Amino acid sequence: MSIASLYALVGVGLFSLGLHAVIVYDHLLRKILAINVMGSGVFLVLISLAGRGGNSAPDPVPHAMVITGIVVAVSATALALSLMLRVAAATGRAELGEERGD
Amino acid sequence: MDAVVSAIPWGPVLILLPLAAGTTCFVFPSTAKTVGLVTVTLVPLAVAGLAWRLLAHGVYHHAVGGWGAPLGIDLQADGLSLLMLAMTAFVGFGVTLYATGYFKAGQSDRFWPLWLFLLAALNALFLSGDLFNLYVTLEMIGLAAVAMTALQGGRDALVGAMRYLLATLLGSLAYLMGVALLYHGYGTVDLGLLAARVTPSPVAWAALGLMSAGLVLKTALFPLHFWLPPAHASAPAPVSALLSALVVKASFYILLRLWLEIFSPMAGGVAGLLGLLGGAAVLWGSLQALRQVRVKLLVAYSTVAQIGYLFLAFPLAAGMGLTAWSAVVYLAFSHALAKAAMFLAAGNLVHFGGHDRVVDLDRVVQRLPLTAGAFALAGVSIMGLPPSGGFNGKWLLLQAAVAQGRWDIAGVMVVGGLMAAGYIFKVLGHTFTQANVPHEPSSVPARMEWAAMILACGAILLGFLAPPFLAVLAVGNPIAAGGLGS
Repeated sequence: MSIASLYALVGVGLFSLGLHAVIVYDHLLRKILAINVMGSGVFLVLISLAGRGGNSAPDPVPHAMVITGIVVAVSATALALSLMLRVAAATGRAELGEERGD
Repeated sequence: MDAVVSAIPWGPVLILLPLAAGTTCFVFPSTAKTVGLVTVTLVPLAVAGLAWRLLAHGVYHHAVGGWGAPLGIDLQADGLSLLMLAMTAFVGFGVTLYATGYFKAGQSDRFWPLWLFLLAALNALFLSGDLFNLYVTLEMIGLAAVAMTALQGGRDALVGAMRYLLATLLGSLAYLMGVALLYHGYGTVDLGLLAARVTPSPVAWAALGLMSAGLVLKTALFPLHFWLPPAHASAPAPVSALLSALVVKASFYILLRLWLEIFSPMAGGVAGLLGLLGGAAVLWGSLQALRQVRVKLLVAYSTVAQIGYLFLAFPLAAGMGLTAWSAVVYLAFSHALAKAAMFLAAGNLVHFGGHDRVVDLDRVVQRLPLTAGAFALAGVSIMGLPPSGGFNGKWLLLQAAVAQGRWDIAGVMVVGGLMAAGYIFKVLGHTFTQANVPHEPSSVPARMEWAAMILACGAILLGFLAPPFLAVLAVGNPIAAGGLGS
């Protein structure tokens, strides 16, 4: 197994771990962090699969995608964190609670 | 004339115009209403210009900055994109008209930039031709939509927005993982190139699963609809209208494109599963809508049910692709108009009586005849009674179901229609009667009533426009080209 596909597998692992955490934990900060871990997993997969084998230069397109993805992730995290603070201020705790809409 | 109209780069105009307007609103809040109204008047004109060009010259391509795909970003539009842009422009106009009368000073400053950014993102999504660009626009839509949901600032709105944000981010990441796999497998994210290259393989299957799951979550298909009712019901009325009419359609549009262009050779069992979930959504959403005691939640659950109809087409497409997909586009368009009208009408009821409890509606028909009329006309389209856009869409879908002997799907559609009649007449019935607890109503601005009425009339008029609608859909038709059979 090449180093690149090992990284890709680690990326898939991070994605799954994050998915698990986002579902299991109640605290919003944990959920937001878990989503960031998932995002890092996707970025790792993108970057690691950019290699084209041998001595040829890696494919630049996935790098451009990851940079764009990071910008999106930063803004989404900022929004999520500020929303979390507002939720905590309004309800007294940083959790969504159990009351589901249905 | 043709040379002039066709020479204007309508794609970038449709994206840059609302983007610039949104920035202007953010920097100069005092100009927001004027800028918003001017923008939503110009956007339909730009869509008309694009339509002119499309009908005269076929599919539209624009290489941004002169860099073509695969290196640069290509904007493209065919009949399906054009219809979605027209839907956005029309609903956007109605909702903007409504919003000029709805928001108070503080909220207004925040609403206008967010709405215009959302408009830019929606237009960009419908004009995108590659998977990664679709991801970016999808995230832009998600962030703007979540911020707008939280606009009212109450406890319900904040919790609803938070849940919505987590769901939408999760969906986007699953989609992005699929994009990464497809890029690895086939070396491109361009839809056209992928269509030629994708073959059934483990990579393509994994991508299909991840992307479908992510987009289904964002489209709120049963049982992944949990985030929709609280978010849509607790947002301000114009925002609810935009979320239900346009935002869920954006992720559905991507799913439809993927299905038509890339994954058509491997549909099979997944299509059956989506159809099953769609049927469950129709029944569950309608049942929940019947049980609601508040108008806005009732309308939100009706959205869950109506989204189910869109997914009923997936198992039918294998045999009668053209009819089933035309039905889906027709249903999506008419649902957008009717549901926007319903949420605006519900907003008028809240504004009028200070609450939206169904049983306490107090002689609304006499005092807000336009609002009650708009709700009823939109209801006609939602129930699928003729003449309306909803009827045409359901008729086409029913045709596809019956022709293939899928009586189960036809049955779900009929039962869903009856249940829709149930929850709509539940509201309409109470608008005629006097409430036990009479309350002091406050007056509703005329433009807010007319905005709902215009959108509801649009949903009805769509019922008479089947030939031009289907002709536009046939431009650069991915449905016929997708090899799904027709």
